[in-house]
Amino acid sequence: MQKVFEKPDLLLKTEHSLCPGCGEPVALRIILELIQELGLRDRTICVAGIGCYTAFPMIMDVDVMQALHGRAPSVATGVKRVRPDAFVFTMQGDGDMISEGLQEVIHSAARGEKFTAIVFNNAVFGETGGHMTAATVLGQHTKTTVGGRDRERHGNPIKISELLAQLDGAAYVARAAVHTPSGIKLTKQYLHDAFRAQLEGKGFSLVEILTMCPTDWFVTPDQGPAFLEEKLKPIYPLGVIKSL
Amino acid sequence: MEGSAAMAEAAVRAGCRFYAGYPITPSTEILEYMSTRMPQVGGVCMNAESEIEAIGMVWGAAGCGVRAMTASTGQGISLMQESFAELANAQIPVVTVNMCRGQGDYFQSTRGGGHGDYRFIVLAPSSAQEAADLAQLAFDLADKWRNPVMIMGDFLLSHTSEIVEFHETVAQRSADKSWAITGARGRRGITLSPLGPSEKLSTDIATTLAHAIDKHAAIKAEEVRVDTGYLDDAELVVVAFGFPGRFVKYAVMLARERGLRVGYVRPITLWPFPTQAVAAAAERAQAVAVFELNAGQMIEDVQLAVLGRAPVHAIGGISHDHSGFGVGPLLNVEYILKRIEEVYPKKGSRVQGNLGL
Ligand SMILES: Cc1ncc(C[n+]2csc(CCOP(=O)(O)OP(=O)(O)O)c2C)c(N)n1
Ligand code: SF4
Repeated sequence: MQKVFEKPDLLLKTEHSLCPGCGEPVALRIILELIQELGLRDRTICVAGIGCYTAFPMIMDVDVMQALHGRAPSVATGVKRVRPDAFVFTMQGDGDMISEGLQEVIHSAARGEKFTAIVFNNAVFGETGGHMTAATVLGQHTKTTVGGRDRERHGNPIKISELLAQLDGAAYVARAAVHTPSGIKLTKQYLHDAFRAQLEGKGFSLVEILTMCPTDWFVTPDQGPAFLEEKLKPIYPLGVIKSL
Repeated sequence: MEGSAAMAEAAVRAGCRFYAGYPITPSTEILEYMSTRMPQVGGVCMNAESEIEAIGMVWGAAGCGVRAMTASTGQGISLMQESFAELANAQIPVVTVNMCRGQGDYFQSTRGGGHGDYRFIVLAPSSAQEAADLAQLAFDLADKWRNPVMIMGDFLLSHTSEIVEFHETVAQRSADKSWAITGARGRRGITLSPLGPSEKLSTDIATTLAHAIDKHAAIKAEEVRVDTGYLDDAELVVVAFGFPGRFVKYAVMLARERGLRVGYVRPITLWPFPTQAVAAAAERAQAVAVFELNAGQMIEDVQLAVLGRAPVHAIGGISHDHSGFGVGPLLNVEYILKRIEEVYPKKGSRVQGNLGL
């Protein structure tokens, strides 16, 4: 029999501790595949934020610096500035990057820091159990927006990719999603282009990846992709937003 | 050289190659100095957009094994507390300078406002020369213990120009950085985390945290530094630290000239606190006095050391002038001398078991 698919070597285990139907492990797999394919492992430094993906560093065979909630872009700045030859990427959630750490990512992008910021946007604080983040869409039901996020009461969601793309230091910005096979393929393409932008020293790069969080969307795992398609994608359109 | 420039230059000579900071009086001069000096030695100085970002950047650089430093004042140090607590847990050696206004940040420096069971080694220089020496020592201690080190200074230390001689340090060359994040060439990847161990596939958080904390006892045993004088026959022992400690030394000399048997203890390490030196001095004396420019913070450590052997008097206080930088009217040798005379024990006045609270 011909083997057509296997886990990347950089993934140390096939099991993970995240929920069934979660989109974050899919995104991780693509990231690690790409690092392997591009031969970057030996000089890769990942800076991880705090969210459900904080479980990943223990199963990734690359060097990881664990940052505090929201702080990964500043830590990655320190890393890249003292190790300019390293390939540096951050791994944050929407809660981590867009709520807690918005200032850090804005300034890092504006300075044109040469690392790749990856944000898993599931429009919710997953790890704490389903609360509103700055990326929760209007009408979305969370434990702190019971009955749906309301413009008057809870404010409007922030479109991080469009926000950061305006900044001169940002060289590459794209939004992808991992809820369909074609989406996964496109995610890998965007990540590839973002990594290239970093390796060519062009400036800051960001890939926003829409990920499923069935648990905190209060749907079954198989309903996650449809929820993403119907509720998130209209607000967060996929595509390359900036490429210098 | 001013104390702040002396510290910055000493840090560079100790091998510091990354600095990130945000301006605030009286620590701004360190940032100014580093912004021109760092590029000259191939280092990096970042104009961080906030103190929270400054300490994050320092975290990243130090986690890569580079000697890294930031400086601020109480207010900015307040913003860094979450990172401080977790840097200690992650056992990342960073050096921070807390150029305080007055000495109101003794608790902040020695206790910290962060969460959990962490400790910083805290050094308190009293002159530009000592600031330079301790800045170099700070990097060696941070590496030796893999624990953050803080230098607590103040407005006068930062801004007083004195002659400084730099001594070369050698310890940096032998510092073990095998734990640092470098990229996983030729080995399994590692995770440098305050949350758990660096071994992949392991979840043994308890052991790692215990390791970060177990060394506290060894640091206490090995790293106490203290300056003392005139203690042999002292009836009254005055405890003071930092730049005001120099004023106290001079006031003690003047008191001696007036025939008063006064001695002094000047803690150089605020943590670990020189508990034994204070206890031994109190054993022989009739009374202890604490001069500090705050509402009474170090006095608690002094009382814990004295443990009722002698009454402990507060002879300092909050000392602000209109500038708000905490120099103020109390930092005055005549005033200190007057207070020493007021609390100097009258014959046979020793009260056993009085904590002097
Ligand atoms: C300073 C701080 N505040 C709050 C938390 C609690 N916290 C842990 S994870 C998390 C939410 C993470 O959400 P997100 O980044 O969107 O990732 P997800 O869990 O959805 O993958 C929060 C609020 C924390 N760890 N630190
Ligand atoms: S809570 Fe959501 S984001 Fe977290 S593991 Fe579960 S599905 Fe994934």
